[in-house]
Amino acid sequence: MAATVDTRPSTPRAVASDPPGTAPARRRSARRGALGWLFILPFLIVFVVFLIGPLAYAGYLSLYTKGLATGTTFAGLDNYTRAFGDPSFRKGLWFVLRFSLVVIPLQMIVALVAALVLDEVTGRLARFSRLVIFLPYAIPAVLGALMWGFLYSPSFGPIEQLASAFDVRAPFLLSQGNIFYGLLNVVTWQWAGYYMIIIYAALQSIDSSVYEAARMDGANARQIALRIKVPMVTSALTLILIFSLIGTLQFFTEPQILGPIANGTVTPDFTPNIYAFNLAFRYAQFNYASAISFALGFVVFVAVAIFMIVTRKKGSIFT
Amino acid sequence: MRTSKNLPAFVTAVAVVLGLSACSGGDDGAGASRAKPTNCTNKIVHEDATRVSVWAWYPNMAKVVDNFNNAHTDVQVCWTNAGQGQPQYEKFQTAISAKKGAPDVVMLESDQLVGFEIQDALVDLAPFGADTVKKNFSEGAWKDVSQGTAVYAIPVDGGPMALIYRTDVFRKYGITAPPKTWPEYAAAAARVKAAGGPVFGDFGSNVPAVTTALMMQKGAQPFGYDLSDKQNITIKLDDQATKDVLTFWGELAKNGLVGKEDQFTTDYISGMVGGKYATYVSAAWAPGYLTGAGVGGGTEKGTWAVAPLPQWDPANPVEVNWGGSTFAVTSQASDKAAAAKVAMGLYADEPSLTDGWKSQTIFPLNTGVLTSTEFVDARSEFFNGQTANRDVYIPAANAYRGAVYSPFTVYYYAQLQAQIVKLNAGQTTGAQAATDLHDEIVKYAKTQGFTVR
Repeated sequence: MAATVDTRPSTPRAVASDPPGTAPARRRSARRGALGWLFILPFLIVFVVFLIGPLAYAGYLSLYTKGLATGTTFAGLDNYTRAFGDPSFRKGLWFVLRFSLVVIPLQMIVALVAALVLDEVTGRLARFSRLVIFLPYAIPAVLGALMWGFLYSPSFGPIEQLASAFDVRAPFLLSQGNIFYGLLNVVTWQWAGYYMIIIYAALQSIDSSVYEAARMDGANARQIALRIKVPMVTSALTLILIFSLIGTLQFFTEPQILGPIANGTVTPDFTPNIYAFNLAFRYAQFNYASAISFALGFVVFVAVAIFMIVTRKKGSIFT
Repeated sequence: MRTSKNLPAFVTAVAVVLGLSACSGGDDGAGASRAKPTNCTNKIVHEDATRVSVWAWYPNMAKVVDNFNNAHTDVQVCWTNAGQGQPQYEKFQTAISAKKGAPDVVMLESDQLVGFEIQDALVDLAPFGADTVKKNFSEGAWKDVSQGTAVYAIPVDGGPMALIYRTDVFRKYGITAPPKTWPEYAAAAARVKAAGGPVFGDFGSNVPAVTTALMMQKGAQPFGYDLSDKQNITIKLDDQATKDVLTFWGELAKNGLVGKEDQFTTDYISGMVGGKYATYVSAAWAPGYLTGAGVGGGTEKGTWAVAPLPQWDPANPVEVNWGGSTFAVTSQASDKAAAAKVAMGLYADEPSLTDGWKSQTIFPLNTGVLTSTEFVDARSEFFNGQTANRDVYIPAANAYRGAVYSPFTVYYYAQLQAQIVKLNAGQTTGAQAATDLHDEIVKYAKTQGFTVR
């Protein structure tokens, strides 16, 4: 294939109209273009096979409907109208939206405070703390969730043991009333360290002469942190917000792993992603599951777009 | 010159592309070997024989497979445990939808059969000589796996239900005899609780099959369905019996008389060992699974006993069933005759069946075993020497009248589970749960293209 590209002449028109001297240059640039494509090819294959292809296939599936008794029929956009009117989908969406509203600010505050403190202090303790705060992110989400499942366990968990030492019953953090907070804790534990590193890296890239100037102007440490550092890492904070917004709206791993020990609190429609998963792999409704997935994708897209527009208009929401 | 300068780059790029295609080539290789499954959990005795892949989760399956492979030179079983119940059904369902990836033979509970039959996922075993083993089973057991003259699975075990209880807890709180009726059950539960004792039982949301069986015990008939009349289904989940049973258990849970924990979890098992539950409403195969999970071997050894399932009307007792499994041949099986041979011969030999019932992992449906004096008079170790088969399980199995299941059991169970969760959280009443469940299932049946009567 490479040989074919290499020996192919430029287009006939180019040969006919251009002065003879420029033809080799054109040929070279054409070849370079081909070479570029060739280097992109490995990525392109993976990209098409594992992203574009499945997306297109899911889009195609979502236009059909399959009944146990009827077989597959073309449905057009019926699955989508059904999805947005589906109480299960709406309920899941409402949960992840509520969850986002609490978990994202919480994570960001934890990450920002940790980063600001670590930026101030130096030495071995600071390096060690940085590592420890980052560590939960290095633990795979599934293992993290399993570990919290053990910690929350009403029979073996240390929370219950601690409580029984004081002769009280610890609340079961995965019960229907508490699971919101139980998950909040797991997710914040898992992700705050990662966001802390992003903010910390942004803080490290700030020129220290800025602080010097501020100090000369009489700013104290608190003022430097809030008036100088925070505004200067706004772009990192925006990035984190978008990351966590997308991640939280697609909430799946933690509730899925904790589900089996949550006494049924994690229903098959707990979050939109879990709902899509169960529709596909439990009820074999691949068509409707595809539509739910696309509908969720649409909601995520809209949420991020709204956020981007809001932040662009005001320049930054943090200043 | 230019070409030679670029050559290494070309080589690199081409090599990467080739490397990628080599990967996909590897996949094809795996596909080709599917005809002869190699990733077996067990050891293949006769290498040259036809291999039949099997999914099953019986706790003593390793022994059962070895028994089969040692006894057969022409066919060998390649066994995988793909999960107990629900997780395995999900994998099987996905394999059906993908039209590949299913095993040749699959273990299915009888309540799941029709849901897979309607998808043409199972093979009719009648042309493969299923009738030769028909004589080994009761008429009812055979009816559960048949549709007209077609036979879609070979039964192995059943699940007659009974009341398993803790003699030490009963003694401590002065319950002299196991409750014979459900009102007695509730009264005993209240008595134990008033004396500061543990909860009496458990209303776990993840065993909707138990709740369904208990609904049927009071006279509910949730579904009417016949595969020969594929489009039509009768659904009746808002009847008084369903409402009564859900109300009964919902009230027990609300008043703290029974636990609300899911079953088979580590927490639940440790609760069983620790005497956190005075009774366990369960099937004949339960002791085998509990023993495997570590119950009955520790400090509570010898404290378990079994009594007949409490009744609503002692004058007209109704016996019900939970679980019990079959082996079915999937339509994806490459060698259906060999697969049928496995379905009929696996867990059908005397050593396997004996191992199964002695460990109380199965309640065999093979009539030869059921009527043998060794089985009838067996003293159960788990039940501290009680003749559980003769006193409880055989009468229960004999009185069982069968049940009709829907072709979407998985979905129905998921919805019932959701209602039990709500009941346990005090967010609904038994009557409301039954009505909501009914509406949900009717709606689902309609979207699946059924005519609901």
